[in-house]
Amino acid sequence: MSALEVVGASKIFNQGTAKQVDALVDVNLTVNSGQFVSLIGPSGCGKSTLLRLIANLLEPTSGSVRVNKKTAAQARLDQDYGMAFQQAGLFDWRTVSKNIELPLELKGWDKAKREARAKEMLELVKLPEFADLYPWQLSGGMQQRIAIARALAAHPPLLLMDEPFGALDEMTREYMQGELLRICGETATTVVFVTHSIPEAVYLSNRVVVMSPRPGRITAVIDVDLGSKRNEDTRAADGFFRSITTVREALRGTHAEHAAANAIRGVE
Amino acid sequence: MFGVNSTSVSTRVLGRARQVVPAIVFGVAFLALWESAVRGFDLKPYFLAAPSKISEQFFKNYSRIWEASMVSGGNAFVGLVAGTVFGIAMSFVLSRYRFLGELVTPLAIALNAIPIFVLVAVLNNMYSITSEIPRRVMVTLVVYFIVLVNVAKGLTQVRSTHVELMRSYAASEFAILRKVRVPNAVPYLFTALKVAAPASVITAFVSEYFGGLQNGLGSRITSNIANAKNAAAWAYVLGACLLGLAFYTISIILEGIARKGEVK
Repeated sequence: MSALEVVGASKIFNQGTAKQVDALVDVNLTVNSGQFVSLIGPSGCGKSTLLRLIANLLEPTSGSVRVNKKTAAQARLDQDYGMAFQQAGLFDWRTVSKNIELPLELKGWDKAKREARAKEMLELVKLPEFADLYPWQLSGGMQQRIAIARALAAHPPLLLMDEPFGALDEMTREYMQGELLRICGETATTVVFVTHSIPEAVYLSNRVVVMSPRPGRITAVIDVDLGSKRNEDTRAADGFFRSITTVREALRGTHAEHAAANAIRGVE
Repeated sequence: MFGVNSTSVSTRVLGRARQVVPAIVFGVAFLALWESAVRGFDLKPYFLAAPSKISEQFFKNYSRIWEASMVSGGNAFVGLVAGTVFGIAMSFVLSRYRFLGELVTPLAIALNAIPIFVLVAVLNNMYSITSEIPRRVMVTLVVYFIVLVNVAKGLTQVRSTHVELMRSYAASEFAILRKVRVPNAVPYLFTALKVAAPASVITAFVSEYFGGLQNGLGSRITSNIANAKNAAAWAYVLGACLLGLAFYTISIILEGIARKGEVK
């Protein structure tokens, strides 16, 4: 069953002006329920734009996006997805628990139900004792776990993440990757994950979508076959390194092409 | 406020004392130097009054200084409240309708560039000579701009991640206002009040120099100086200083209440 369907989607900024940017051209992507898909590519390849089309924070110039069998706009209204960003984006004036309750408040849940769910989410991200603290009292990794708890608080079937671990140190990052897989496994959440890191994409994903810039488009889709149970041993497995190499070569292809295009432009 | 971070009470008192003691020592030394300079160089009272004479005058005229403080302080307070209310109201309007901001901002800058006390003279002409209104209007104007600029900033300069997040929840503009913009603006409001509270006293005070009723601290200072009662004039200055400090302290306490627990 497809959780997400992008068909022939394009996004052109400043269309028809001198500043026209072809952020995305003719993108097709289907993600099945429970899958973990990473979007990877150099800056300007449109991966964040694609994520925002899925989230209906941007409208596609052409093509269609369907989430959970609905239009992207309807899915947003129904809070069918949760979202996490590079900055945890917690609200300084709310306690950890109140931060997690925010999407539920907007859905009109009553207080008791919200508090119970916040407690449940804090258990899920293994930070139950931090409910009444304020975000600044937490480390960067903890803040990001709270952000994930908030994104999943309404139990959305889809989680959209824009480089959520980009600001964390390597050790915390690997720990968070393990935690994310555990949480998504327990909640059967479908994930679309934007990243710059090849090992991160490979470790987390069932599929890695390689994108390239100017115009932004999908250049390769690589299936990662590391099984459903992944742990620290996975990082040392042959299959892990093979997949990393495959993704790297796909990225290098887009990079070489990009460099060549620049060289030609230079001659002109 | 939570176990991990709370040091023992005695250490905290000691730390506080370490902050306060140097300031007190400096203050006392300064007064001593002043006093000994006046005595040592035999400075005449009309040139510089000694602290001992000033405090004598302060306690002698205590009830009159108190009355004058109530007048100036009352004007400052009314203006502070009115300016804050108008400032907040206008900042909501400006943050909601950005184009209005573009229209109003140049006017606000122009108004702010007028040497503001010139307006008092004009206002005095508009109202009767026994009216406190010109001074209150003056304070209101000063406070209004301080509050407007800061609160409007707090309402508009919200983190883009927060706005995107709220949009991803399909939150209405009103919900974004209530749950993101307003809480974001609260610290800005208190920053504004910390500046506006002492400014309101100074404005109320200086406004009295432009005629009208002779019942506030400012007019008492001028009349005492005119009568060569310098120490008494200084006693009123001390009163003005204490009034300003009282307003500043109130704004700090308000901030503490409003941001309980979340201040870093």
